[in-house]
Amino acid sequence: MTLAVCMQGITKRFPGVVANDNIAFNVEKGEIHGLLGENGAGKSVLMSILYGLYRQDEGKILIDDVPCDMDSPSTAMKYGIGMVHQHFMLVPSLTVLENIVLGKEKIKNGFLLDYEGMYKEVKEFCEKYRLNVDLDAKIFQIPVGVQQRVEILKALYRGADVLILDEPTAVLTPNESEELFNAVRSLKKEGKTVIFISHKLKEVLTICDRVTVLKHGQVVGTVNVTNATEEKLTDMMVGRKIIYEFDRTETDMHQPVLKAEGLEALNDRDFPALRGLSLEVRSSEILGLAGVEGNGQTELIETLMGLRRLTAGKILLQGKDITQMSPDERIQLGVSHIPEDRYKRGMIRDFTIQENIILGSQRDRFTENGITLDYEKAEDYTEEVIKEYQIQAPGPETKISALSGGNQQRVIVAREFSRDPKLIIAAQPTRGLDVGATEYVRKKLIEMRDKGAAVLLISADLDEIWALSDRIAVIYEGKIVAIREIMKTTEQEIGRYMTGGKNE
Amino acid sequence: MSDSIRQTINKLGLSREMLYSVGYQATAIMAAFLVGALVLYATGYNPVDAYISMATGAFGDTFGIGQTFTQATPIIFTSLAFLICIKAGLFNIGAEGQFLMGAMGATIVGIYVKGLPWFIHVPLTMIAGMVLGGLWGLIPAVLKTRFEAHEVITTMMLSYVAKDLTSYMVNYPIKASGWVSQTVKIETTAELTRILPPTQLSGAIFVAVLFVILTQFLLRNTVLGYELRAIGLNPTTAENSGININRGIIIAMILGGAFAGLGGACEIMGVHQRFIDGFSPGYGWDGLAVALVGGLHPVGVLLASILFGALRSGGMIVARVIKVPQDLISLLQGLVIVFVAAPMLIRSLLRRRK
Repeated sequence: MTLAVCMQGITKRFPGVVANDNIAFNVEKGEIHGLLGENGAGKSVLMSILYGLYRQDEGKILIDDVPCDMDSPSTAMKYGIGMVHQHFMLVPSLTVLENIVLGKEKIKNGFLLDYEGMYKEVKEFCEKYRLNVDLDAKIFQIPVGVQQRVEILKALYRGADVLILDEPTAVLTPNESEELFNAVRSLKKEGKTVIFISHKLKEVLTICDRVTVLKHGQVVGTVNVTNATEEKLTDMMVGRKIIYEFDRTETDMHQPVLKAEGLEALNDRDFPALRGLSLEVRSSEILGLAGVEGNGQTELIETLMGLRRLTAGKILLQGKDITQMSPDERIQLGVSHIPEDRYKRGMIRDFTIQENIILGSQRDRFTENGITLDYEKAEDYTEEVIKEYQIQAPGPETKISALSGGNQQRVIVAREFSRDPKLIIAAQPTRGLDVGATEYVRKKLIEMRDKGAAVLLISADLDEIWALSDRIAVIYEGKIVAIREIMKTTEQEIGRYMTGGKNE
Repeated sequence: MSDSIRQTINKLGLSREMLYSVGYQATAIMAAFLVGALVLYATGYNPVDAYISMATGAFGDTFGIGQTFTQATPIIFTSLAFLICIKAGLFNIGAEGQFLMGAMGATIVGIYVKGLPWFIHVPLTMIAGMVLGGLWGLIPAVLKTRFEAHEVITTMMLSYVAKDLTSYMVNYPIKASGWVSQTVKIETTAELTRILPPTQLSGAIFVAVLFVILTQFLLRNTVLGYELRAIGLNPTTAENSGININRGIIIAMILGGAFAGLGGACEIMGVHQRFIDGFSPGYGWDGLAVALVGGLHPVGVLLASILFGALRSGGMIVARVIKVPQDLISLLQGLVIVFVAAPMLIRSLLRRRK
């Protein structure tokens, strides 16, 4: 049997990390092949190599047994590879049809656009693959689920035989997901090959024929879904855990620092994201919040920080109601935050290290009179911090954008931890960091816990949650579905809750 | 680079980046003059003669210098109005309207408040200009923070409102008798002293320079300036750090409006002594371009304003002496803007997108 895609010995290194380590990945013609793994396992990198966005350092790619040099997406398209990204690449003000044919327009009489011809052709695609779309609607008028269909049609119109779907359900409602699955099945019926990237076990089991599991940039194995179970896949994805050697004590006796009661909030698309979430984080503990991304974690962080409006519920910090307080007031009361996206929320690229370090304290610690900034104090302080947190930087006046990712994160961690926080909200604190920086940030989190801070650790990396937490809470569809002492639970149990499975 | 030079540079607080920026601006300006020379040559004029007479016209005698700085003064204010807002991430392109409203405020207080000694009347008139200009900046800020109306649209449209409103004022309610659309003269106690007669240069230039220094101080040394820059560079991080974005937007727009308004006030108090319909040849619009030519730095803005003042005053001399039409001088001004401002504008737009 010919392989639609055969990737052999693929290795890709980035500074500080091996994203893909000698990966073998085979996809048979006409199958739906799942690519499963936690965030940072290397799924996206592998697919970006197949689609010509990255160049592999080692290894080769065969399409239909023909060796190919994927030097760009247009080459990949020539070989019949199409990709639907998580973030759609559509022109909002153009119609569906215009978006689909963009760059491959049909011409008649030498220079006129052949609208009827294109319309007929695309309409045929729609019917054949049962992808219903109003071709005359403008992109900004149609919901995300339909936009995704447009992306799929775009790839098909460009002659894709192998379709890569990168976490396609991440942006969809359950109903939209169902429709997507139907479309994927009819693609298969018409002889197309689909690679389905996901970290949701249920979906993979529902839709795929075979699934390959990646972990830390390596292939764990490829299995037929007929003889796979959620437990088995969880085992493969998660593997054995390292638990940090530190004192884990029962925290029942500890004072609650954060109390969230019945939180409800909408996401950016005005759908309910938090549906009555209640949570308690106690002093001297790390509470790990496990969950598949997109189950309300981001919205939870934003409501805790005062960046998103609650539609119901209240938040107490050390017994004080902070529900109506501004971000500034919360910070003053001792809430620290390591944001999940440090470029967007954590730092200002064009500011110096020093200017980034004083951010949030500019009104109290670094001004004498409330009007002028005390630069000398800021500089001395930053020099101290650079030493204490081992930040590799020429000096306080260096722009933060000149530092490596790990050192940028150290600056953020230094800023947030040096405020003597009562509550630390640490979201994906080690994402994208190399081993050294990861270890450092984790050590600091434990140190803060030992000093008495309450730490809410939100991470998509179950390894990390497992390594650091005293207790684990699982978030699913905007609610906490389980809270467990780490010593009294298993990865399988947590994994089941994460994917929405109830305890049998 | 030798060590002593480097030390001097460090002492002056100049970074490599700033030096690069100065170099970039200077190159662009020279390029504009080169292309301008080609145009002059192609249209049958001797570019060398034209440039020499322009330079001597603008800087060669006290009269020239006086005219150059007179022309530069209002542009300094309007470019600071653009600058302070862009630092907070706002495109305030309505300095023209804020300038005119400030001029109107100053005119009213200058005419109708009587019997005050000059040392009270002068600041009071300036404050009136700042208040009305600031109000004209506050409106788009409220529209933005309350209703998400984009400031580019609202500030520009409000400029036309201001133009027509002030025009109505000097044509009807406060028109002086006679056939000219203008007010009567303001009280002499509200006038700014002419410091270089017979030119129109007044004490306004010192106020302008003072505000350049104040703006630099505000941006660099104050908590407010730091927070405004944070908002301009990354609003989501600023918000996450407890900075109130809406408050920042409102303050920046009020400041921008007040700067332009003060410029309008100074123009009335120092140059015209009355509000004449259509007295501004577009100082507000110039401000946007000059702020970009000045590299979005207060000191750069001062230098760029002087350059533009020189182009205007020197241009008049060239037109008279060499008979080069005034249009070609405007063209030179346009070239400077194209060469400097266009890539700058694109670059700053790109930075905002990130």
